[in-house]
Amino acid sequence: MSQAQAPRMPDECGVPDPLPLMHPVMRENFGKWDWHDRPRPGVLHHVAKSGDEIWTVKAGTQRQMDVYTVRKLCDIADEYGDGHVRFTARSNIEFMVDSEAKVQPLIDKLMDEGFPVGGTGNSISMISHTQGWLHCDIPGTDASGVVKALMDELYQEFLREEMPNRVKITTSCCQINCGGQGDIAINVQHTKPPIINHDLVANMCERPAVVARCPVAAIRPAMVAGKPTLEVDEKKCICCGACYPPCPPMQINDPVNSKLAIWVGGKHSSTRTKPTFHKLVVAGLPNNAPRWPEVAAVVKKILKAYKEDGRPWERMSEWIDRIGWPRFFEMTGLPFTKYHIEDWRGGRSALNTSGHVHF
Amino acid sequence: MALKHETPLLDQLESGPWPSFVTGLKRLAESEGKQYAPMMQDLLGQLEYSYKTRKGFWKGGTVGVRGYGGGVIPRFSEVADKYPESSEFHTLRVQPPAGMHYDTKTLRTLCDIWEEHGSGLIAFHGQSGDIMFQGATTESTQAAFDALNEIGFDLGGAGAAVRTSMSCVGGARCEQSCFNEQKAHRMMINATLDDMHRPSLPYKFKFKFSGCANDCVNASHRSDFAVLGTWRDDIKVDQDKFKQYIAERGRKEINDQVVNMCPTRALSINDDDTLDVDNKSCVKCMHCINVLTKALSPGDDKGVTILMGGKRTLKIGDLMGSVIVPFKKLETEEDFEELVELGEACIEFFAENALEHERIGEMIERIGLVNFLEGVGLEVDPNMISHPRTSSYVRTDGWDEEVAKWEARKGVAAE
Repeated sequence: MSQAQAPRMPDECGVPDPLPLMHPVMRENFGKWDWHDRPRPGVLHHVAKSGDEIWTVKAGTQRQMDVYTVRKLCDIADEYGDGHVRFTARSNIEFMVDSEAKVQPLIDKLMDEGFPVGGTGNSISMISHTQGWLHCDIPGTDASGVVKALMDELYQEFLREEMPNRVKITTSCCQINCGGQGDIAINVQHTKPPIINHDLVANMCERPAVVARCPVAAIRPAMVAGKPTLEVDEKKCICCGACYPPCPPMQINDPVNSKLAIWVGGKHSSTRTKPTFHKLVVAGLPNNAPRWPEVAAVVKKILKAYKEDGRPWERMSEWIDRIGWPRFFEMTGLPFTKYHIEDWRGGRSALNTSGHVHF
Repeated sequence: MALKHETPLLDQLESGPWPSFVTGLKRLAESEGKQYAPMMQDLLGQLEYSYKTRKGFWKGGTVGVRGYGGGVIPRFSEVADKYPESSEFHTLRVQPPAGMHYDTKTLRTLCDIWEEHGSGLIAFHGQSGDIMFQGATTESTQAAFDALNEIGFDLGGAGAAVRTSMSCVGGARCEQSCFNEQKAHRMMINATLDDMHRPSLPYKFKFKFSGCANDCVNASHRSDFAVLGTWRDDIKVDQDKFKQYIAERGRKEINDQVVNMCPTRALSINDDDTLDVDNKSCVKCMHCINVLTKALSPGDDKGVTILMGGKRTLKIGDLMGSVIVPFKKLETEEDFEELVELGEACIEFFAENALEHERIGEMIERIGLVNFLEGVGLEVDPNMISHPRTSSYVRTDGWDEEVAKWEARKGVAAE
């Protein structure tokens, strides 16, 4: 009698151990490093207490990579490096080598193959981003395309270290904001309430959960044409799109009215100042695929002012903190509107409650 | 193989100096004889259609692997009538090695597996830190996972679950590392895999591990449970090397870029060009150490600060993580086990007390920090606040008892 083979069950092995994969110099000197410097943009040089040294060459990638690209990076690592790489939180790739002599040929090869070497120190590093139209179920725009278009524009600043401090840019295709805080954040901002397909709501949506999801309690149960559905108090609606993921018939994405907004001054680190949230500076930019030129123009305006006026080591938020918001709007030429004034809970803490006024 | 669909908009993303993902997608679509080429042909078609209409056309569903309830992001096309070959385009979220280290042999094996079972498109890495193997059919998902799992890779988190974690390069290459980030990352996540693979929490729960206050993996804001390296003794100063920096860069530059940027005014230059550090005022922010890498370094009595509750917008607005443990040693096995126990206690409290779709930061906002601390057995500490309360609307009839607790804790600490 034949016996059916038991199905394979997963090996819940969890997080792989990085030690066997690491460059041997890193493995041997784990936790015993002494100091580092940056001999040139795109290159880090670390010295261990043992005297061992390691050079890191950092290069930009497109993040969404075809296997041919990954294999090409492996070929470069095998031929010009020591066969060990790592990726950064912003999808840059780092090649580690144990001798200075290997650095320049590796840089030349990477540049030659179209992988820009840079992204270290006070440069503009790769834009952290999300999935967008390629894979997300709720995107207001694309992610990889916006990033490709912007990094083409900011390419020289990736190669150089000429900004006051590092610049972290992020993009997000909805207000869940998977891209996160950034010195500059480019995020979808919807401007109209969802358009509801009342025929589908009852079957597709768990209505109490959708009602609970709304940050401003603008959604309520309703009957339309004899069918149970949901309705939105459009005067209360803040067009955040939170109802759309749990209820796809509440379509929030709109080719014309889903706009892009730009926020500045986000900072994750506790270095010098405490971490800060980014702040709205521009809204209403068109979702203009495939290259989003209006977004790039504003980003470059902001970067130009920061580059010219920021002092060494000042992040975007610290620079603005010093010069003040009136001067920020003046130097960037961006308009200040009533929409910039916080009215969410705790919003009063964003008001100037002092006699400190910039002239 | 010629492209099946014209892509005039995407074609515009092939020019320019930055590496183009569109060129990569086309390479896959044009791969003669590969099983994934037809899928990628239609994927390009759908993506171009999104560029033209400015709308997304993926919807979720239920796809998984045997034994797990999460880790696969199902995607079914809403325009499958136009682009049938990419009607299913699921992502497998796979946990990378801690610190995202690879050798080329491993990367090549990952490519081979995905070439056989998937689309040939891989993202290194997603925002939570997963390797994203993008583009599996419902049928190929199990085989792809089995092949990845056989070589020691496991699925990550999705949905209302513990999510894939990230740790910085840390001790592998950085002299600023204050604990073994990769060990903490692996111990914590490997202890909570059940809550990752079988989603049953109120909402997502993220851990992140950064070796110092520079927070290279953005733990403070982008995780529910952020572990940041720190130390509690004095900054180490090599005075000869400090003097050398002054000689090379000048007193003004060191004053402008180091001394005057110290957030707690803890630094000054002595008359003999050595550095004076007021270590009691220092908050271990890392700035001076970042600038003067050869002269300054973290102290010897290292450990971690734990922040809880970071998250982005939905539902109540952005929250930064806030301190729940000002300092914890992280050296011995017992230290690491205690960290894991705290993580597990937080998850348990979260599971029992958070509302549906509420992050732990929002839960703490709703119930108050003190209720949370009491729930997981942590003591209040002035390092948890920016300043004491300013509102007088508070009942203080338990004051004497609380003072007694504080005195008792101080007594224990002094012993």
